Amino acid sequence: MRTLHRFPGGIHPEEHKAESSARPIHAPFIPNRLFIPMRQHIGQPAKPIVKVGDKVLKGQMIGQADGYVSTAVHASSSGVVTGIGLHAVAHPSGLPDLCITIDTDGHDTWTELQPLDWQSLDPAAVRGYVRDLGIAGLGGAVFPSSIKLDPKNQPIHTLILNGGECEPWITCDDRLMRERAEEVLQGARIMQHLLGAQTVIAGIEDNKPEAIAAMQAAAEKLGLQIEIAAMPTRYPGGGGKQITQTLTGLETPSGKLSTDIGVQVFNVGTAYALARAILHGEPLISRIVTVTGHVLGPQNYETLIGTPMGELVMHAGEREGTTGLIMGGPMMGFDVQPEAPVVKATNCVLVKSAELFPPKPRELPCIRCTECARVCPAQLQPQELYWFARAKNFGKAQEYNLFDCIECGCCSYVCPSHIPLVDYYRFAKSEIWAREKEKHAADIARERHEFRLFRLEREKKEKAERLAAKAQTKKAEAPTLTTDEQDAKKKLIAEALARAQAKKAGVAPKNTDNLTPEQCAEIAEIEARRARIREMAKKTIEPEKHL
Amino acid sequence: MLTAILVMAGIAIVLGAVLGYAALRYKVEGDPLVEKIDAILPQTQCGQCGYPGCKPYATAIAKGEADINKCPPGGEEGVKKLAELLGVEVKPLDAEPKPKAVAFIDENLCIGCTLCIQACPVDAILGAAKQMHTIIASECTGCELCVAPCPVDCISMVVLKEDLPHWKWKYPVFRIKQAA
Repeated sequence: MRTLHRFPGGIHPEEHKAESSARPIHAPFIPNRLFIPMRQHIGQPAKPIVKVGDKVLKGQMIGQADGYVSTAVHASSSGVVTGIGLHAVAHPSGLPDLCITIDTDGHDTWTELQPLDWQSLDPAAVRGYVRDLGIAGLGGAVFPSSIKLDPKNQPIHTLILNGGECEPWITCDDRLMRERAEEVLQGARIMQHLLGAQTVIAGIEDNKPEAIAAMQAAAEKLGLQIEIAAMPTRYPGGGGKQITQTLTGLETPSGKLSTDIGVQVFNVGTAYALARAILHGEPLISRIVTVTGHVLGPQNYETLIGTPMGELVMHAGEREGTTGLIMGGPMMGFDVQPEAPVVKATNCVLVKSAELFPPKPRELPCIRCTECARVCPAQLQPQELYWFARAKNFGKAQEYNLFDCIECGCCSYVCPSHIPLVDYYRFAKSEIWAREKEKHAADIARERHEFRLFRLEREKKEKAERLAAKAQTKKAEAPTLTTDEQDAKKKLIAEALARAQAKKAGVAPKNTDNLTPEQCAEIAEIEARRARIREMAKKTIEPEKHL
Repeated sequence: MLTAILVMAGIAIVLGAVLGYAALRYKVEGDPLVEKIDAILPQTQCGQCGYPGCKPYATAIAKGEADINKCPPGGEEGVKKLAELLGVEVKPLDAEPKPKAVAFIDENLCIGCTLCIQACPVDAILGAAKQMHTIIASECTGCELCVAPCPVDCISMVVLKEDLPHWKWKYPVFRIKQAA
């Protein structure tokens, strides 16, 4: 039995798990129209590789990984691509993003799937495959798994399967472990192989006894050396750094990741997706989503990526008095529009009502009670961070380790003044990032401007040198002509001049005799006009000076 | 008496030699203040301050010839930072700050005259004589210097709209309900 450790801080919010955890996972349904965003993971968005009008099959790649930190996107069902453009997506800003629209044909025809012989293949090839099958972390951060499965510089000694699921209301990982534990563990075995980890631990909070039992049974059946650990239920026990500390006792240093101390953490959903990908060749086109809150039948739905959330809520039975949707849980989730599609990060669609989620009371002044510091799992000073973020004193906020904040929301939860503390930290973080970006752009502009000045100077110098060299060679070549040759040349020029003069005289106007004085005046006027025009033309031809 | 004078003179000579050596050995090229000011300026190289680029403006500020509120792209924020660095009073900006924009060439109208390429301070325009030109939007600083020289007026400034990758969390505001 593993000795468990305690992470600092944490809270015990109302769980609300029973609403949706009792019913089995609902089979996927095919909506008429899928909206598949290209930006579903952290890093570069995928690049569309289909055209409007293309027929696509279920599981066919429609967006290619673009760059190292990126992963592919696939069609969740068969149909026709009817649009590539901006559509509402799940994002706190409510701004639209690039999506591929597929009108489904209802046949749900699979493309050809190729299972992989992962044990005999080179790990790098397996990782490339994982990337092309669009696997990203399903715990919420959606970091491309192919990168996390690469133990580049840091050897990984422990692999943690995260079945914490500490947020209230959400039960998708619970149901997954209860019903599909074997595949979750098969995924973990592939991960262990790729990472070369000695120990594998699955951490599950003890409010999910059925899931723990199912995982233990599956581990025994498969004969795997995987430890199933029941952790005490405390939010945010499923956070990467928190679960690492609970299970191994290792604390992740400030500004580092658990990877830096040799521990890699994967969500159980990711392990399941990886097993489906490697053992069956299936790309990540669906995930389990908890639909709960103010609905008639709260349940977990296996949902195709790209299904509009409003449609999913309709399936679960929309009720009157719905005031909005939250993607994720009540602690870390954010409001979304019903048109926004389910993405790889969508673990839960929480339907709000006035009774379940009453409007927040008014923000009152901070009374410096430091209750927030007591519950902060990152051991920060939230009251100080709030002070600095509010005053837009970003340098000071960084000094107080603003970037170690995991935005878990414990501080806002306990604040007696109802201050939306996390909103202040998010504001400060994004402002700091924007400034860093601006600074970087300014540095590049300075460099380019300085290089331009240098280039102009160099060009000027080179031109001067070229002209000097030319003049030199001319001088050197000139005396090679003998006096006879020069004389001959001069003679030729004189003859040509004489010819030209004779020609000019020859073409003099022939009908200028016997002109009336009026005609003479007219000619003079025309000549004057010509001269004027010539004068004007000269002026405009002069090159303008711009610098 | 004489010893004292000799000792003092000796010390003066030694210290003078040390200082002279240090002045040569640790000589600072350029004015460090100019560099610090230049680091605050936004590097648009637009010349709206009346100087031909950010560095010349920084030099003028360092010499005390120019005011700190002449840089519209830097905005109020820039003026504040300069005031903090130089220890002077913050002044209101001497111009209306404009939204961030990048230049855009209407490729149907462009005649390939290269005048805009010559005007661009950061070499962000691609093209050759009698070939179509285009702006490298990611390198454009929005200085507008290419707009005036264009003989066919095919360059316009496009204001950057907020999109997902550039979105920022807003400052939290609690809306007070209107009293009845």
